[in-house]
Amino acid sequence: MSELLRVERLTRLYRVGEIGVAAVSDVSFALERGEFVAITGPSGSGKSTLMHILGCLDRPTSGEYWFKGEKVSELSPTRLAQIRNRSIGFVFQSFSLLPRTSALENVELPLYYSPLPLAEQRRAAKRALAQVGLSDRASHSPSQLSGGQQQRVAIARALVNEPDLLLADEPTGNLDSQSGAEILSLVASLNRERGLTVVVVTHDPTVAAWARRRISLRDGRVTEDSALAFSDGPSLSP
Amino acid sequence: MRAKFIVMTATLAATAVWRNRLRSVLTMLGVIFGVAAVIAMVSVGEGANRFVQAQIASLGTNILFVIPGAITSGGARSGWGMRSTLTVADAQAIQREAPSVLAVSYANRGVAQVVFGRKNWRTAVQGTTPGYLGVRDWPLASGRFFNEHDEKGAARVCVLGKTVLEELFFPGQDPVGATIRIGNVPFRVIGTLAAKGQTSWGQDQDDVVLMPFSTAERKVLGREILGTVQFIYVKARSSQVLDRAQAEIERILRRTHNIGDREEDDFAVRGLGEIASASQAAGKVMTRLLAAIASISLLVGGIGIMNILLVSVTERTREIGLRMAVGAKSRDILTQFLVEAAVISGSGGLIGVILGFAVTRVVETVTEWPVVFVPASAAAALVFAAAVGIFFGYYPAHRASRLDPIEALRFE
Repeated sequence: MSELLRVERLTRLYRVGEIGVAAVSDVSFALERGEFVAITGPSGSGKSTLMHILGCLDRPTSGEYWFKGEKVSELSPTRLAQIRNRSIGFVFQSFSLLPRTSALENVELPLYYSPLPLAEQRRAAKRALAQVGLSDRASHSPSQLSGGQQQRVAIARALVNEPDLLLADEPTGNLDSQSGAEILSLVASLNRERGLTVVVVTHDPTVAAWARRRISLRDGRVTEDSALAFSDGPSLSP
Repeated sequence: MRAKFIVMTATLAATAVWRNRLRSVLTMLGVIFGVAAVIAMVSVGEGANRFVQAQIASLGTNILFVIPGAITSGGARSGWGMRSTLTVADAQAIQREAPSVLAVSYANRGVAQVVFGRKNWRTAVQGTTPGYLGVRDWPLASGRFFNEHDEKGAARVCVLGKTVLEELFFPGQDPVGATIRIGNVPFRVIGTLAAKGQTSWGQDQDDVVLMPFSTAERKVLGREILGTVQFIYVKARSSQVLDRAQAEIERILRRTHNIGDREEDDFAVRGLGEIASASQAAGKVMTRLLAAIASISLLVGGIGIMNILLVSVTERTREIGLRMAVGAKSRDILTQFLVEAAVISGSGGLIGVILGFAVTRVVETVTEWPVVFVPASAAAALVFAAAVGIFFGYYPAHRASRLDPIEALRFE
């Protein structure tokens, strides 16, 4: 397996009044393609900040971030937007679907910002929607879908550009345990069957248990980085 | 890719405008009224302008008047037209020698009491040539005009202006063939003139009795010296050669009057062209002024759009954050909001054009004012409306594009 990304001595400071507070401090690790990693820690541990940097939404104050062999920590916002568009898929806790817009159009959203022709775009969106098993809900608007279905639309949106990295921020936080397990099982199968690299950010140990590797943060520092034994999820799944 | 993005954004914006019809119309209201006001104002202004132009044209725009000039006798200068320095021979010389001149007529004018039966009226009596009506573009209403034969014989025949006709005769009474008295001299009425209206300075051109020049000279006006004239009317070949005709007339008269290079003219050449162009310029200024005032409401409409867009940017902060997360550059967000502003103000402009056209028609039918719908004003108002939308949309759009994606995603 080849290396997808690597962070070295990553630090992100925030100014609070006169003093700088380190949300992430001196973090180093590398991710291979096809890994399924959980970044865990209590709230305020810096895991969201780390995810924003990994997702190219933010830049580190110091340290280096290499993504697909490119030194991302020095790129312009426009180039970062391009990387987000082509190589990274986001899944958020609150789904973040556009209201009054059909599931299919929501899935198409990232393609508006890509050079793909219109017809191609529609086809890619349909394919992504089929991957999450929602082909029959294409014309439904988010308000007509259940929470689990909405999150699956959001996953389809993250997949539509065929990204190298799927970043999920508390993907089950707004769901009941049943739908949450379905979502995690879907993510796990994408990782297993298609070799998609997945990073899940969570404070919930049952969610983290789905991942094969866990990176724990506390006060912005890595306290544990272990490759866990292969797991198909908690005992409740078949 | 850019074009695809703009087309898709415009389609989405149009869909959103349609979905929130009430709110969209309220947002557009300022632009709608602004555009409608511009179009209505320009139409009314242009109508008034054309009306004035038509009035002036009725006086004849390719006509020049020659009047006797100020002359100095013993150091005292008299005003224009005080002494008869012009002669019939001058008029004939102009007719003969000036190439830009189509026709020449001349006249003497006085005031006399005219009597028919028990009615009488004090009016202008003008002795002129048979060609006068042709020079003035003045048609007859009935009967005939006097001819060379009448002129040679100093026949006691006359043609009545519309005002005189109405003062002396009852409605429906045929004046042709009737005998009237002009200053105690009996005249036979041989024709009546069509209405000519007022001059631009308010003189009633129809309050006149026309007769052969020789008749007036000998029997009514009693000039001191025979052969002098008060007015020479010159019709130029077209209104374009008016200036050239004027120069030719001045050259001829300076020669026939033996005026040296250093001496002042003892005549003056006046045209209606100056009046026409002055009033045309005034009308243009007026129309522009009306359009400028109406444009202010368009500006206010633009501020309304800015207000709504600022609210919209705040309302959609999460959406902006999401779009940025999935790869929108700040330029894309800027474009999106600018296109939305243009769609809103453009549709407002379109509705405004329709409304303005309707208002124009209503004004036309209700007030019976002459109203001229100017398509160019509609196009200009439409473009201006879209420009206003983009101008006032820029600030909110810029704010949206400068949002920090992380902050925007966190926004509830």
